[in-house]
Amino acid sequence: MIQDEEVELLINDLFELYGYDFTGYSRASLKRRVNRLFILDSFPSFAEFRYRLTVDSSYLKRFVEEITVNVTEMFRDPLFYKTLREDVIPNIATKPFIRIWHAGCSTGEEVFSMAILLQEANLLNKALIYATDINPNVLEKARKGIFPLSQMKQYSENYILSGGKQDFSSYYTANYDRVKFDESFATRMIFSTHNLVCDSSFNEFDLILCRNVLIYFDIPLQNRVFELFDASLDTLSYLALGSKETMKFSGVTSNYKQFGKEKIWRKM
Amino acid sequence: MEENVIIHPTCELVIIGGSSGSLDIVLKIISNIRKDISAAIVVVVHRKTTSDSTLSELLSVRSSLPVKEVEDKDTILRGTVYLAPPDYHLLFEKKHIFALDYSEKVNYSRPSIDVTFDSAAEAYGSNTVAILLSGANADGTNGLKAIHQASGVTIAQSPGTASFPYMPEQAILNAPVDYQMSVEEMIEYINGK
Ligand SMILES: C[S@@+](CC[C@H](N)C(=O)[O-])C[C@H]1O[C@@H](n2cnc3c(N)ncnc32)[C@H](O)[C@@H]1O
Repeated sequence: MIQDEEVELLINDLFELYGYDFTGYSRASLKRRVNRLFILDSFPSFAEFRYRLTVDSSYLKRFVEEITVNVTEMFRDPLFYKTLREDVIPNIATKPFIRIWHAGCSTGEEVFSMAILLQEANLLNKALIYATDINPNVLEKARKGIFPLSQMKQYSENYILSGGKQDFSSYYTANYDRVKFDESFATRMIFSTHNLVCDSSFNEFDLILCRNVLIYFDIPLQNRVFELFDASLDTLSYLALGSKETMKFSGVTSNYKQFGKEKIWRKM
Repeated sequence: MEENVIIHPTCELVIIGGSSGSLDIVLKIISNIRKDISAAIVVVVHRKTTSDSTLSELLSVRSSLPVKEVEDKDTILRGTVYLAPPDYHLLFEKKHIFALDYSEKVNYSRPSIDVTFDSAAEAYGSNTVAILLSGANADGTNGLKAIHQASGVTIAQSPGTASFPYMPEQAILNAPVDYQMSVEEMIEYINGK
């Protein structure tokens, strides 16, 4: 088992040597991830683990990929998507051009779900979806729009619960154990690395989704991110968080109105 | 004499983990906990994602204590019942603060009882009482080991009283379990804390 002080040593090394700043990450989860990797890669001692990380920059890549949690789903929390579909999207539909940002998009399941919603509202052709993540590897996957076939049953059920009326399988082509989503979706998406810890605002958006990313951050880092989002949102634009995340600790919260009991806030 | 004194650390945290067949037991325990209990009570049960808030409502109705489904970085207050939200692992950031994690399932489960027990062992150490109830898989056994190592108290539901005895049985076979208890005994034990 890796000890608390050892986790701090690694965080320090990462920053000093590579400029990756994990100091604002929630330690409970970070420590679990570090321990998991330590065991997975069968290091005989902490010293060897640390040494490898400091001398081998290809191992750094693996480290960052494994330390960040990339689990995601299409139409996760169907009722959340239903609210987007019925209450949020109609309110931004009148804009001449729609800009959406998925911050921490992982392998893109959420981004493709959004594209489907926009398509069904006949808005996809005037929308641009920016999808960013700290991890270039997941973005590479997201860009392809290829997902495991085994998940489609679950996703299709989620889709229907979210108020979807089409045949979900009409959106993709299956090939062996994988499916590829319609090329036309990807043409409305821009994928790019963006680190919420240190990168700045790069546009103004009508809707920002940042779901299940802030749970990995401590409250000061969360506040930094909320300020970044605030600077990237026009009045009457929306911010959507994961189902157990909250803006309540944030300094900018008084400018926002929560949308019913969903984790969606509107800037006033 | 020093060595004859048994030190009972104050119990600050009671965690109850359960799977199949544990819901009734959880309800029974929670509705019988005394109002002025000084520990915080944390409930981690395997359940379907879609059952959203119904369990916390059920618990609220039956309990004289405040009941809350955990949100990210919630502060942990004494005399409050906390419920692990579906589809997240429940961790302790440190004493008195929760953290959530959406990483891979453990023992095919999210929340996993092992994950929460492990984290409690780190954050609360000997101030933890961990209780494992009825269930059909072996989640919780490794977590009980961690709690025991940290000098916390480990309790398993006596298999004879569980609708699915496999989970407490696995714990009794493979982890140091301090007590095997019926529901009534658990209630009495918690209320004595
Ligand atoms: C659990 S996934 C969430 C995926 C999706 N939003 C969802 O809710 O299903 C968390 C994502 O946050 C990303 N992430 C972690 N730290 C980040 C940072 N500092 N900046 C940007 N993305 C980050 C991870 O790489 C990972 O893909």
